[in-house]
Amino acid sequence: MYVAHLSLTDFRSYDTADLGLEPGVTAFVGPNGQGKTNLVEALGYVATQSSHRVATDAPLVRHGAARAIVRCVVVRDDRRALVELEINPGKANRARLNRSPISRARDAVGLLRTVLFAPEDLAMVKGDPSERRRYLDDLLVARTPRFAGVRADYDRVLKQRGALLRTAAQARRGGRSGRRAENDAGFAAAGAGDPLSTLEVWDAHLARYGAELLAARLELVEALRPLVAASYAALAPDSAPAGLVYRGTLPGDAPDAGDGEGAADTGHGADPADRSVLEKRLREALAEVRSAELERGVTLVGPHRDDLFLGLGDLPARGYASHGESWSFALALRLAAYDLLRADGGDPVLILDDVFAELDSRRRRRLAEIVAPAEQVLITAAVPADVPPELAGARFDVTEGSVGRVR
Amino acid sequence: MYEGVLQNLIDELGMLPGVGPKSAQRIAFHLLAAEPADVKRLAHALLEVKDKVRFCRVCGNVAAEEECRICRDTRRDTHVICVVEESKDVVAIEKTREFRGRYHVLGGAISPIDGVGPDDLRIRELMTRLADGRVTELIIATDPNLEGEATATYLARLVKPMGLKVTRLASGLPVGGDLEYADEVTLGRAFEGRRLLDV
Repeated sequence: MYVAHLSLTDFRSYDTADLGLEPGVTAFVGPNGQGKTNLVEALGYVATQSSHRVATDAPLVRHGAARAIVRCVVVRDDRRALVELEINPGKANRARLNRSPISRARDAVGLLRTVLFAPEDLAMVKGDPSERRRYLDDLLVARTPRFAGVRADYDRVLKQRGALLRTAAQARRGGRSGRRAENDAGFAAAGAGDPLSTLEVWDAHLARYGAELLAARLELVEALRPLVAASYAALAPDSAPAGLVYRGTLPGDAPDAGDGEGAADTGHGADPADRSVLEKRLREALAEVRSAELERGVTLVGPHRDDLFLGLGDLPARGYASHGESWSFALALRLAAYDLLRADGGDPVLILDDVFAELDSRRRRRLAEIVAPAEQVLITAAVPADVPPELAGARFDVTEGSVGRVR
Repeated sequence: MYEGVLQNLIDELGMLPGVGPKSAQRIAFHLLAAEPADVKRLAHALLEVKDKVRFCRVCGNVAAEEECRICRDTRRDTHVICVVEESKDVVAIEKTREFRGRYHVLGGAISPIDGVGPDDLRIRELMTRLADGRVTELIIATDPNLEGEATATYLARLVKPMGLKVTRLASGLPVGGDLEYADEVTLGRAFEGRRLLDV
């Protein structure tokens, strides 16, 4: 898959931009703050309908404009598709495919597939668990769009359950004198009237969606593990081997803590990703932490509190890895995602946003060798020297919001 | 901003569901230009609806009398009760002419975020209706969203000891549609709820 044409209207710093692209390597070169990243961010947005830089859509629209429009021609197996996306902050986006409207903009996700490497990726290694959960979940959605729905359902259950726990916690603190007395006998006997009477219902739903998400994540981590290890070894051959361990909040889920090598066994018996087993275990775990949850008013068990442990040999990457090692790990995670998506069919477009500047010359060369065979690679760099010679291709200069082809 | 009473009207209209500020303004100016008799009739209808419409003593559906039309109808099956969230769901099911039993309108769904718990719904009234053992099947037709599902699960657990048949409306593909147009969530649900083809 490759992008043959990109045009922007009122996107970020651009009032308009229009550029033709080709398969192979294309570099966007220019000083900082001139709009290189905006170009690749637009493509990333078409692919996922979220930005890798900001959580809300408002900054994507040029200051003073009401909406931004991104158009791109995606070529896949010699078939051209024109994907148009209108970004309306605070309102629903609109999408068109080959000039006919798509009823829900979300359905346009996946028409273009990208894997984007950016300086922000370092947070996957050095940042909070939420960064790593997002990496896993975004990849899940990219591979199986249905998981966008599962994740939304899960988040909604969490919110509802959280509201219930807080109400219950308040009722506990305030005492609920006389509350039960109003109920007739039969109803009260069934446990209604107590805010906790519905907690079990939310537990059931939390366990159901949670197990679905958890099973998919566990399966994904299994698939990623050898790919991440291989990519990391290629980027940093002298470093200790990279390992991934899914650290769940389910008791008995984490194998030996701190042991990056013991990755293969996630400790669930026969099939680690069996949904019905996970569902049962989640419900048991919820029952166990109930009093603590009522104390604190938050859900303490479930995929929303899990982490993906990144290990280098016996040590956790977070806190122990050098800057170069952290970068290599972040790149290895993205490369593994690229490998997986490619294996599903349809070579995704690789986007390397300002990553070479952070690497020493040997790692640059290795990364260049790995990505060079991809169908299309888009690179942004501040100076031409940041682009490794292995990746010589088309070049655009980006200055003050204008993009001009140099070669 | 308009002056005094006109702005008041626009504000009030704007609070109605599905009416934004632009529509509210448009309706307000329409009323301003309309015949006084027409506006009086509308005002009368508004007041009357609050005054005269009440909720069925038995099922909670909107009614003009003590009991609604359906609960008074002796030809309806008294062994089956279909539980819905709102009165408008009754209308939707009635249009199908598939269901000949009676209804029970809960008045919403369990949603802790909105502060709605079982006590705020007409669940106690439902339990009273089921108590005499005449009802043999409870069809739960709450909305197929998270809150509706939670309400359904809650009800199912609550009535389980009573030993009656509890069913839930199927969710899945729309009839007459194309498989390719179904979104992933719906199609996923349809897969989950697939049934044995009996030939």
